[in-house]
Amino acid sequence: MIKLRENKESTHHKPIKVANLPSKVYISLSQHFGAACEPKVSVGDEVKTGQLIGSLDKGLFSPVHSSVSGKVIAIQDCPHPSLGKAKAVVIENDNTDSKINESLKTEQEVNNLSVEQLRKIIFDAGVVGLGGAAFPAHVKLTPPKKIDSFILNGAECEPYLTNDFVLMKQKAGGILEGAKIVLKILGDPQCYIAIEDNKPEAIKIMWELIKDTNFKLKVLKSSYPQGGEKQLTKSVLNREVPSGGLPFDIGVVVHNVGTVFAIYEAVYKSKPLYEKVVTLTGSCLANPQNLLVRIGTTVRDLLDNCGSFKNEPAKIVFGGPMMGTAQFTLDVPVIKSTTGIIFFSKNELTNREDRVCCRCGRCVDVCPVKIMPAFITMATERDKFEVAKSYDVMDCIECGLCSYVCPARRDLVGLIKYAKSRIKNK
Amino acid sequence: MQNQESKINNLVVSQGPHIQIEGDHIIRRMWATVAAIIPAGVAGVYIFGWYSLQVILVSVVTALICEAVFQKVAHKKNTILDGSALITGLLLAYNLPPGVPLWMAAAGSLFSVVIAKQLFGGLGFNIFNPALAGRAFLMASWPKYMTNWSNPRWQVDAVTQATPLGILKERLPFDLPSYWDMFIGNRGGCIGEVCIIALLIGGIYLLYKRYISWQIPFFYLLTVAVLSFVLMGDKFFSGDVLFSLLSGGLVLGAFFMATDYVSAPISVKGKTIFAIGCGLLTVVIRKWGGYPEGVSYAILIMNAFTPIIDRYTRPRTYGKR
Repeated sequence: MIKLRENKESTHHKPIKVANLPSKVYISLSQHFGAACEPKVSVGDEVKTGQLIGSLDKGLFSPVHSSVSGKVIAIQDCPHPSLGKAKAVVIENDNTDSKINESLKTEQEVNNLSVEQLRKIIFDAGVVGLGGAAFPAHVKLTPPKKIDSFILNGAECEPYLTNDFVLMKQKAGGILEGAKIVLKILGDPQCYIAIEDNKPEAIKIMWELIKDTNFKLKVLKSSYPQGGEKQLTKSVLNREVPSGGLPFDIGVVVHNVGTVFAIYEAVYKSKPLYEKVVTLTGSCLANPQNLLVRIGTTVRDLLDNCGSFKNEPAKIVFGGPMMGTAQFTLDVPVIKSTTGIIFFSKNELTNREDRVCCRCGRCVDVCPVKIMPAFITMATERDKFEVAKSYDVMDCIECGLCSYVCPARRDLVGLIKYAKSRIKNK
Repeated sequence: MQNQESKINNLVVSQGPHIQIEGDHIIRRMWATVAAIIPAGVAGVYIFGWYSLQVILVSVVTALICEAVFQKVAHKKNTILDGSALITGLLLAYNLPPGVPLWMAAAGSLFSVVIAKQLFGGLGFNIFNPALAGRAFLMASWPKYMTNWSNPRWQVDAVTQATPLGILKERLPFDLPSYWDMFIGNRGGCIGEVCIIALLIGGIYLLYKRYISWQIPFFYLLTVAVLSFVLMGDKFFSGDVLFSLLSGGLVLGAFFMATDYVSAPISVKGKTIFAIGCGLLTVVIRKWGGYPEGVSYAILIMNAFTPIIDRYTRPRTYGKR
């Protein structure tokens, strides 16, 4: 792990701003890790904000809801931030934003709900992991064994992103109510709130709220990839997730603060997950923002909220700069896992080079899972996937640090991903 | 909005990460290394005279030509601007006695670049440090020239024609130079190894830039210091530590040759073991070997151990027992 230049200063002081409602939303039916949903509406249907529009009968999935009220005008393949293209429901906004049944519950009413009822509410609301992986949240709330520790992940270790930070600053109360719901579902494990030390304001606010409770606040050194599940269990609990396993296996559940806030809104406000905070940043934007964005809003429409471009963007990345995905069009819509959108200018473009490894060992020094990217990639370049496997390539978390530090500018993580897919598909 | 949209086309789509560490590039490292070893060469030329400059130039030019010609013939990408052949040429010359015939500098340089580097697959694949392999080749082929030492040019009338280690080893009837003379390079030896202060300036620069890992020079020098104290005196625990550190090619080797990325282990633990092994072998060769100097063979032997050190110092993967 190493400290990266953060570049968070352009948005970390900006409060959450509600983004203008777009005239159309493109709501992908692949919002999550798992199977794509089937559309539950047809072209011509009128829908309300929060209405179910996509679901499946069985399998690993999370339901999808409309993020505006209006009329379904198409169900077709649309750009998708990580899949390239995927089927989406296109809804024309009627600008009334009439919502479906968002009733408020009191604390008493919430306390009376059973664990099963809570799980169902969270599932029905389409809550997925908002840290970037979009793993359906209800699965992580159905542990196969006893859980002794729950880590609330507010590390936000990716540079540029401030969406979790502003959420903690402005919605700490909701996050903690959500955490209490999670704790109830998990059978009351110890709760740890993990925040990197570069967010003193969030730490202070959280501390004020939890100092008289038995929640524990863990201030972590800001370094990348501190917020990865595996690193977090190590840093917070000094426990390692077994190779090939999940935090479940060592009695741990990790949820991102955004996910837990969505759980709070689902339970207390009967509100499905149809909007989320997204950081729009990068040197090209005149006015970077933390925007509360309706799922399905395109980059093109979001730009209305950020002033004009200071200079021409050459690369647009969804997610953080380390693990995010570069986009080929402005028509790509926000999905549930979108944490940020970064606009890089031409002189910020990175340049991978076709060089041999000089064995300097930087990648080995920084690798957070302690594999040896140098040897793995040398083997991969010769199609020696067995050798790559023997160097534990499958344990790579694809954080990208090896590529980041490589003085020969080798595409280390790209080669590693290639080796992993070749080994998996054999 | 019209205006904005028209501005955006040709978006670059590439794999992450989308940011890159600033200021660290292999080419920059190479040229920094060149800069770091220049002072020792300048000092060598000042100490031993213009002929040493000719030796250096012949070695460097031969290295560059050999690299270019080999890559041309083998249809490989020309990499002579990456600085590595230049470094090899310089380091080989630094490891030659000041009076060596020029054709030997050329022969050694050719061996370094073609045999020790390119035939093994080029930069990144050479098992042995090319400059040291070239020196070993010359030592084996023309030992007479390789052990024919000249004095600093202002000592023309002095009779001494031996290195300090040679004086000690052969028990020659000459006075050993003072620590200060050894520190500034006022002694017999190879062109680039004698001026310790110049070597330290370059070495510390590379350490400061973190282009070389501190473990290799530190543990190499420490091992030599400790073992020399134990073994190199007339009786046990009476060795002259400072003399051992300042003599021979130790400082040159510890900072600039043992730290060669390609032929040293990759992990920090591996580098530490490698450095201790270099120190051990250096003292063993100095004490019991046929030559008074042990650094180049010590490093070459440890180069051969690099793959096995890498295998046994592999870090424990997260989550594995």
